[in-house]
Amino acid sequence: MLNKSRSFYLIPYLAWVVLFVVAPILLVAYYSLFNVEGSFTFENYVKFFTPVYMRMTLSSFWYAFLITAISLLVAYPTAYLLTRTKHKQLWLLLIILPSWINLLLKAYAFIGLFGTYGLTNSVLEAIGIGKQQILFTDFSFIFVSVYIFIPFMILPIFNALEEMNPSLVYAARDLGASAWTTFRRVIFPLTISGVKAGCMAVFIPALSLFMITRLIAGNRVITLGTAIEQHFLVTQDWGMGSTIAVFLILAMAAMMLVTGNRKRGAADARKK
Amino acid sequence: MRAKNKWSNLYLVLVFVVLYAPIFYLMFYSFNSGGSMRNFESFTLDYYKEVFEDTRLLIIVLNTFVIALLSAAISTILGVMGAIAIHHIRSHRPKQTLLTLNNVLIVSPDVIIGASFLILFTIIGIKLGFVSVLLSHIAFSVPIVVIMVLPKLQEMSSTLIDAARDLGASSWQVLTRVVLPFIKPGIFAGFFMALTYSLDDFAVTFFVTGNGFSTLSVEIYSRARQGVSLSINALSTLIFLFTIILVVGYYFINQRNAKPSAKEGR
Amino acid sequence: MKQLVRMFAVVMIVSLGLMYFISYLNSSAGYSGDNTLTIYNWGDYVDPELLTRFEEETGIKVIYQTFDSNEAMMTKIEQGGTTFDVSIPSEYAISKMKEENLLLKLDHSKIPNLKNIDPRFMNLSFDPDNAYSIPYFWGTVGIVYNPELVGDLTFASWNELWDQSLRNQILLLDGAREVMGMGLNSLGYSLNDTEEAHLQEAKAKLQQLTPNVKAIVGDEIKLLLANEEAAVGLVWSGDASEIMGENEKLDYVVPEEGSNLWFDNMVIPKTAKNIEGAHQFINFMLDPEVAAQNTEYVGYSSPNQAAMALLPEEISSDERFYPDEELTSRLEVYDNLGKRMLAHYNELFLEFKMHRK
Repeated sequence: MLNKSRSFYLIPYLAWVVLFVVAPILLVAYYSLFNVEGSFTFENYVKFFTPVYMRMTLSSFWYAFLITAISLLVAYPTAYLLTRTKHKQLWLLLIILPSWINLLLKAYAFIGLFGTYGLTNSVLEAIGIGKQQILFTDFSFIFVSVYIFIPFMILPIFNALEEMNPSLVYAARDLGASAWTTFRRVIFPLTISGVKAGCMAVFIPALSLFMITRLIAGNRVITLGTAIEQHFLVTQDWGMGSTIAVFLILAMAAMMLVTGNRKRGAADARKK
Repeated sequence: MRAKNKWSNLYLVLVFVVLYAPIFYLMFYSFNSGGSMRNFESFTLDYYKEVFEDTRLLIIVLNTFVIALLSAAISTILGVMGAIAIHHIRSHRPKQTLLTLNNVLIVSPDVIIGASFLILFTIIGIKLGFVSVLLSHIAFSVPIVVIMVLPKLQEMSSTLIDAARDLGASSWQVLTRVVLPFIKPGIFAGFFMALTYSLDDFAVTFFVTGNGFSTLSVEIYSRARQGVSLSINALSTLIFLFTIILVVGYYFINQRNAKPSAKEGR
Repeated sequence: MKQLVRMFAVVMIVSLGLMYFISYLNSSAGYSGDNTLTIYNWGDYVDPELLTRFEEETGIKVIYQTFDSNEAMMTKIEQGGTTFDVSIPSEYAISKMKEENLLLKLDHSKIPNLKNIDPRFMNLSFDPDNAYSIPYFWGTVGIVYNPELVGDLTFASWNELWDQSLRNQILLLDGAREVMGMGLNSLGYSLNDTEEAHLQEAKAKLQQLTPNVKAIVGDEIKLLLANEEAAVGLVWSGDASEIMGENEKLDYVVPEEGSNLWFDNMVIPKTAKNIEGAHQFINFMLDPEVAAQNTEYVGYSSPNQAAMALLPEEISSDERFYPDEELTSRLEVYDNLGKRMLAHYNELFLEFKMHRK
């Protein structure tokens, strides 16, 4: 009985995994073994370990980390404050809505807003700071990336906060815990699953960001995603593009293993 | 206490201002007779007229909505099933493997997904067009649904299900009466994220579309070389206002319906 | 639970309603007929009025599909699975597609209007005798600049870009051939050079340009230059004419050392079903009146001699976009350097991009 219902859930999902995940991975792995002229070789893998690509990998991870951290810092208070508003579900929807407008258009709008003669610079000038170069800097890149990813962070945290039993917070406060202690000891640990889901939904795609790197960072930032994009669409060196993709997938799997193990440890501890 | 409230309201207002600033920027220039997103010259509605006269564009917009809604709905169902399946797995290794496989599509850049799906569809022999685009959108939205639903399932205590079973509930009843209501917020989150993914996607759709079928982002990106005209701004403004009205309307209707039923429940 | 069921019901009903409405729109616009012609082109790269006129004149229904890069378009055509009757790739893509047998030979007897094309633009290296392609638009690569912001620089030479006064003032096009070509041209080499020493020299020279480079961008370069985000930009002439249309202060120049001459040509891909209609369409687009109207709409340089006569004086006599024989003789079309060399160009370009100030 139990088994039957389990396979009822598992089969369609497994079909999806095999068809749209395993098959493409095999395809990518296969392509990574061919060079630009279509002959079988490992030279792509050798090339990946040259300084150019290593530096690119490091900077991708660094930027993805920054983007995730800042998203979390902005999203957590937002989600928390949202749960205390009156029409919270509505406000939450309104947080997601901007992401339904085409990204290219929004990027163009940011170019206008951040430009030398844009609104932001006019404001800066009016308050006496003076014109700054905002576009094509690390700041604008991270700002816009956070802008894009923030709904993906807010949503799971909001859900986690909603589930939390408020009486626990009251109890902590009644027992004399300061606001900070309450947050650190009660609220945050209880919402950690939402935080994790959010970080996953931001960090992983942030690794393979592209387009923004060109539109907003003017190719001053080059991520693995940009390189893959280039190899697939410009150089038509699918082999090298696939090789980088293989590394991205491996990196993600490694990260999952690390966080997964810790989770199991926690569960074991609780059982004891 | 009041001062604190003021600060927190200010914070929220700031977040919303930043989130909506680029959109208002786009909307503002959709009325610019100057024809570009700089130097506002004078007010005009020409671009709105252009939108309504362009049947091709209208068809593309509707295609985009159909694909987004259908793919979000179907991928939500698939994703929820997947999350439940993953949750049921007790042993660590297969669970981690499935979870990792689940995330592959999130980490893969769109071009790779698009190119490999294109190869896949041509091998299987699926005609490129509506079906292939729908299938791919479902495919790349499933993992985000799983990610949104899984934490909810993990929070659900197994005693709840055991209790329901002890009371003689069938698995179907356990699912519809206990599990689904509990993970509802996750399902909604997943649905809306899937909708977002679908509406935003350009690269995957580009590769797998064909035979005259197109979506809005493919159209917008391919116009970039010629300069995106303000009629696209006008169109986005209309879509945006339309969705806002829809969302707000749906919310309040839902609220009004929810209240009496809550009373009935008592 | 009720809420979930209700939401899914609403989604399904709305989708079905929309699908019904789409099929209604499609049939009222006549898109589902048998006699159709699928055109695969850059977005907004043809006057839509002309498509309607073509439909009215021939009774063929036009389906217009769009792509955003030559490479992506080639991938689609190579994989098949969808019909494209006419496409408009750039010249380097045409030589690649020819190599990979992705194009059908044209029947010149069905394109009498071919006589309208300027002989200068016929029979070029990428397609001898125009067996596979007919010029649609053409142009150069050059420099757009704001005379008010660059002092007395006039960019008669590429080397003026390296001037100290242009710190953080240059926007470059995100194209390996274009940027490497600029480096090679500035050193007096051909932009089709394949000698390793020359290429390394060009890369080293480009890296010295880094302090002057504000950003390396794509199509948005038009928006940025029109907004005066930077004083100087390396662009295609088609983009330049658009930028100058928006900001009259700016000027365009092709440096004397020479530069690139590019083409977008009409071709019939191997995926074509309506080959007869494709020839009809190509012939239609070469009609002087049609080509003139299209040139005014798109704003790029037309290769159509007969159409030139119909264009307003201010367009046809603009030497910046219709350069004289003397300058044209110093322009080079990109040769197909082969995949390996092209990958090498891209590798060098990537190293240049990663070179920090």
